[in-house]
Amino acid sequence: MADRTLAVDKLLDEAQIIVCCGAGGVGKTTTAAALALRAAERGRTVCVLTIDPARRLAQSMGLTELDNTPRAVKGVAAAKGGHLDAMMLDMKRTFDEIVLTHSDPERAKQILANPFYVSLSSSFAGTQEYMAMEKLGQLKAEGRWDLIVVDTPPSRSALDFLDAPQRLGRFLDGRMIRILLAPAKAGGRAYLKVFTVGVKMFTDVLTKILGAQALKDLSLFVASLETMFGGFRERADQTYQLLKEPGTSFVVVAVPERDALREAAYFVERLESERMPLAGLVLNRVHTSPANGLSVGRSVAAAEGLESAGEQPIAAAVLRVHAERMALATRDARRAKQFSSAHPGVKVVNVAAQAGDVHDLAGLRKIGSELAGTS
Amino acid sequence: MSEFPAVKLHVVSGKGGTGKTTVAAALALSLAAGGRQVLLTEVEGRQGIAQLFDTPPLPYEERKVAVARGGGEVYALAIDPEQALLEYLEQFYNLRRAGSMLKKLGAIDFATTIAPGMRDVLLTGKVMEATTRERRGGGRLYDAVVLDAPPTGRIARFLNVNTEVAALARMGPVRNQADSVMRLLQSSKTAVHLVTVLEEMPVQETIDGIAELTATDLPVGAVFVNMVREPLLPEDALEAAAQGKVDKPALRRGLKAAGLDADAPLVTALAGEATDHAGRVLLERRERALLDDLHRPTYELPLIDDAADLSGLYELAGRLHDTGMV
Repeated sequence: MADRTLAVDKLLDEAQIIVCCGAGGVGKTTTAAALALRAAERGRTVCVLTIDPARRLAQSMGLTELDNTPRAVKGVAAAKGGHLDAMMLDMKRTFDEIVLTHSDPERAKQILANPFYVSLSSSFAGTQEYMAMEKLGQLKAEGRWDLIVVDTPPSRSALDFLDAPQRLGRFLDGRMIRILLAPAKAGGRAYLKVFTVGVKMFTDVLTKILGAQALKDLSLFVASLETMFGGFRERADQTYQLLKEPGTSFVVVAVPERDALREAAYFVERLESERMPLAGLVLNRVHTSPANGLSVGRSVAAAEGLESAGEQPIAAAVLRVHAERMALATRDARRAKQFSSAHPGVKVVNVAAQAGDVHDLAGLRKIGSELAGTS
Repeated sequence: MSEFPAVKLHVVSGKGGTGKTTVAAALALSLAAGGRQVLLTEVEGRQGIAQLFDTPPLPYEERKVAVARGGGEVYALAIDPEQALLEYLEQFYNLRRAGSMLKKLGAIDFATTIAPGMRDVLLTGKVMEATTRERRGGGRLYDAVVLDAPPTGRIARFLNVNTEVAALARMGPVRNQADSVMRLLQSSKTAVHLVTVLEEMPVQETIDGIAELTATDLPVGAVFVNMVREPLLPEDALEAAAQGKVDKPALRRGLKAAGLDADAPLVTALAGEATDHAGRVLLERRERALLDDLHRPTYELPLIDDAADLSGLYELAGRLHDTGMV
């Protein structure tokens, strides 16, 4: 049994990057924050990059300013010489910074003001994933931290997070962009006199769907971004490589519900096929009982006996409470076992269902010790 | 008796983990009861409907997935943006054969994943087409359409296609399509329902979601409180139990009377469980009060052991029917 348990402290002491991923609503952000806090209190210099933390958790970590820079978290035990910084990703600002770094001031100004850019940088479904990876690359390059813990965006599917950066990179660097560039280079007005039949058809269709004005806007936007294209693909590739390096570990987060476990299974399989280093599965919100020797059946029978005799109402009610909890615990254990049977090589650690949401460092610390199996 | 008699398009959203797909499917089943035809759609490529109804993955085609009480039928459709785009091109421009060429050039990829707002226009456009179909040659006619929509955090933006495409196209066909989608979504034919559970974050997201929907003039429908568990402790014992004050001697006597070996560890463990339970019940009541302040029609659905299978779905559909929702 022991070798099936994810050794969290060893991971926290050795990893350089930990990526937490999983379906929405499974506690990714809390898990990432708890891991980062524990690593810092074990003596490492840590940065946690969160995407969309709940308000009160963000406040407790001092994440009140959206300035896209890691800030020291107050209240972290520093006895072992560790340190914790936290930041919340500002997707648009990260994109703006790339533009500013890679183009001269005049051109940067044009790009930042283009309505197409504004839309792409603030609402494209893959931009958040791309920028999370971009930011991770930047933080890593700064070299200030022993460990960076990343929380991934609440994707439609957990896999988006692996694909979106490359998709955006591919688009920005792709054939379609070159076609769109051609008319702008030729002077804007001439853009329907393009070269081959295929390209002509392509622009015709785009004109029909989008309207001529939109196509012109897009074309100009693409032209003004041109200087940066090569860079995009390269950066997406670099970050992807970073994820494959030995110091990187993926932690898949789930809860014992069918959908979340199915998503976790996809992710585990995908990581394996991409040869990405999977540390293991964190199973949040697992119901357990401190009296698991008393089964659902015996508990219900005992409660029924008392109820029909009309005696001991408190004991009868408490037995009902226990039966409900044991039923949930049994269900959760069954689902966890189904996952483990299908993925016997994946190490797992359970975190018990908490009474309420976690919104302070004490709560994160408690989760951290549960993760490490020391609570 | 139905709370939403004029509504033809029911959009169901909810935070991840609240059971939004299950509620959407149960709603479709209950709407179909008594001989009506209902289409259940999904737009996120998760194949959640197929998994619920235990069928093979759904193609881009309306397939019958269930028969409702009293002879109604539920059809299902997984809307894929790429297929929706090709269909749209064919319908309006007779351009279907251009599809493979466009694909090679990356234009389909562009339109469905990169172009701001396009994806959502294509997805909601297909939902609109199914909702507003008329008798002549347009395919199957439905009494109601249920959309298993993106989660609460993104729902207002997903539905507000008008603003999303504004940067892309100030005029032209895409803009016109977005405008007609918006007219349907903001009309009294549509209701956006939110699914939640009685926990802090999902309730907060529901409150925020309703505020966002209201700000964009999207019609908020009902709140579904899912996975509700009944309080098991007597009302007068809840407060004390939540504070850890469980009458252990009484508990021990009761366990003995029931023939159980009531040793100290068992009594302590069970008392602790009673405290956890009472704490959760009180937290749920606070969350429930926050939802009541929203003054929306609110329907409770019980936690059932396997909500994610067919018998569970029929049970939930029956509950919805009993509540007067449909």
